[in-house]
Amino acid sequence: MKLKDKVAVITGSSKGIGAGIAKEYAREGAKVVVNYSSSKESADRVVDEITRNGGTAIAVQADISKIADIKRLFREVNKTYGRLDILVNNASVWRYEMLADVSEETFLLQINTGLMAHIFCAKEAVAMFGEGGGSIINLSSTISLNPIPGTLIYCAVKAGVDSIAKTLAKELGPKNIRVNTIAPGMTESEGSTADGRPGSAMEKYYLDQTPLGRIGLPIDIAKVAVFLASEDAGWITGERITVAGGLL
Amino acid sequence: MTLKLKDKVAVVTGASKGIGAGIAKAYASAGAKVVVNYAKDKDRAEKVVDHIIDLGGKAIAVQADVSKPADVERLFKEAITAFDKVDILVNNAGIYDVVMLEALTIEVLQANINTNLIGTILCAQKAVEVMGTDGGNIINISSTVSVNPMPGTLIYAATKAAIDNITKVLAKELGTKKIRVNTISPGITETEGSHEQGFMGGEWEAQLVEQVPLGRIGQPDDIAKVAVFLASDDAGWVTGERIQVAGGQI
Amino acid sequence: MNLLLKDKVAVITGSSQGIGAGIAKAFASQGARVVINYRSNHRKADQLVDEIIEHGGKAIAIRADISEPSDIAQLFETTIEVFGRLDILVNNTGILEFEVLDAITPENLQAQIDTNLIGTILCTQKAAALMIKEGGSIINISATTSINPLPGTLVFSATKAAIDNITKVLSKELGPRNIRINTIAPGMTETEGSHEKGMMGSVFEQQNISLTPLGRIAQPEDIAKVAVFLASDDAAWVTGERIQVSGGQL
Repeated sequence: MKLKDKVAVITGSSKGIGAGIAKEYAREGAKVVVNYSSSKESADRVVDEITRNGGTAIAVQADISKIADIKRLFREVNKTYGRLDILVNNASVWRYEMLADVSEETFLLQINTGLMAHIFCAKEAVAMFGEGGGSIINLSSTISLNPIPGTLIYCAVKAGVDSIAKTLAKELGPKNIRVNTIAPGMTESEGSTADGRPGSAMEKYYLDQTPLGRIGLPIDIAKVAVFLASEDAGWITGERITVAGGLL
Repeated sequence: MTLKLKDKVAVVTGASKGIGAGIAKAYASAGAKVVVNYAKDKDRAEKVVDHIIDLGGKAIAVQADVSKPADVERLFKEAITAFDKVDILVNNAGIYDVVMLEALTIEVLQANINTNLIGTILCAQKAVEVMGTDGGNIINISSTVSVNPMPGTLIYAATKAAIDNITKVLAKELGTKKIRVNTISPGITETEGSHEQGFMGGEWEAQLVEQVPLGRIGQPDDIAKVAVFLASDDAGWVTGERIQVAGGQI
Repeated sequence: MNLLLKDKVAVITGSSQGIGAGIAKAFASQGARVVINYRSNHRKADQLVDEIIEHGGKAIAIRADISEPSDIAQLFETTIEVFGRLDILVNNTGILEFEVLDAITPENLQAQIDTNLIGTILCTQKAAALMIKEGGSIINISATTSINPLPGTLVFSATKAAIDNITKVLSKELGPRNIRINTIAPGMTETEGSHEKGMMGSVFEQQNISLTPLGRIAQPEDIAKVAVFLASDDAAWVTGERIQVSGGQL
């Protein structure tokens, strides 16, 4: 078990990639904090599945677009587990809009959830990491380097996310805190279903272009998240790993 | 405990020492049968094999100059004879000449190109041929200098940049054959080679360590763990990627 | 009118046609004295020289096979004999073979490496030695494929990735001598070459256009304008850079 007794917080893990990572971390022995903003039922389902399989998890509500909620989240982690080893900044929100439709509201929503939260969660996590250091994993997207029309803010946010690991790897390396990025490609999840993407022309295009010939699944991403959090990746920091079946 | 590479057969080029030897040993510990390729260093290669066998693993040493098509042919033939198949190729063999532009000769250029670039392509070609329809895994060993090259590394860095690009092309060409192709780019690593070339133990090393956020020189095992990951199913959705394994060194 | 390259002497390899010819014409119209290098197309090279002279410019044609070191030596010796100096080198010549992995032979592999990689390095070595007094500007012509390579372009793309890296190393090595070196990475361009290869008027062309925000294939002039900029003092603070000139195509 690669993450035995490690305590891990995964933001936005009531569904999708976040839930996939939470479950895989628990399977590898970690004690997991399933953070959610409003999907309490989904979050509880993830916790139930983990505990039924012999793992340890709790669900903690926090709207991470609010710094006060972030602080509360980490206080609760401290109260329950008294330590922290791994932070996965997974939560994000995106809106598909061309420049003309962009509003201050959609901008702030996406940047607060997707970029500001990454930074302030990292701040709290670093304060809790012990002498042995820790691991921070930020979820970006292949789209940050290869944006398409309509993804202006999302890509700007993800490009910002890409940058965080590079800076923090240097700042925090001396404390043995590793910081890396995972960039998934198109991944099947409740999030993408809600936007109607599976079965669409866009999905077909992606399938044709993907060397490994299928759509990604949360477990595909989760396995790499386990690796990056584990000692096997002890010499990797400041890096961005694309997990996209080859469609980079 | 599950062995991540149970029953897989791996060919690791340039595995008599350094990173290659580290990968060979780690692969064997993860359950793979390993072909330890060397160009000249028979003794060291056999030591790696002995080490693996002593720990209960399976390995053979096979001599081959990877820049020669006939040698590459023979390398894979012997791998198949010994182990029936090849699942994993690690293109690790490489030479490293530090020469400024004005001192470069055609001989030095060609020598670096032969081992680092041509060797990688010839081995990949052969590996794909023998992997057939079962799929497989190719890992190319590059370097931090493929993205951030220092003066004096012209030909070495150029061949490594070429390798990074080859990974991308092959990932696209070979995806339908279920062959994943990735790059590992180590930074400064303590090996017999880095000792022999005088990089270790001095001001140069100290200056480099200062640039490493995790505050030390890399060890072959640091790289090997990532090589195990990439060869395993845990990296089943990772192809066409370059992972820098350098303690944060850019 | 202010001529951006007044009296500068420029060598452009492989410039009897295509992007090279476009650059040669643009350089000449900006006051440069241009060396049109060609391998075998004597007629086209001479026609181009005539065209440049008719427009009031200065040019000569010099034959040299860039895969031959002795030809390279001759090319630069003759340039100095005729013009007395060298200010600009454009490494433009390159061979592109479309072939998937299993179609690559050791011979065509070495041939592409000889011209695209070794040839570029040797030309650069010669040029840098000649630019030593007053500095200069070297421009390497790469391709979008050096970062985003297509299946079937393994060797070409690998050599272009190598070129990108060489630009970075040499910007550091040659900077102290006031020699700037940069890369231009064009996307698909309409040239005699792309016509000969059947790329024009094909599905390939259509696909390219659909991926290009500016909605067309490049003309040599599109690339040449950027080459003029990089060769001129307008780019005096630009070195070690790669500029993609592809109408927005990634």
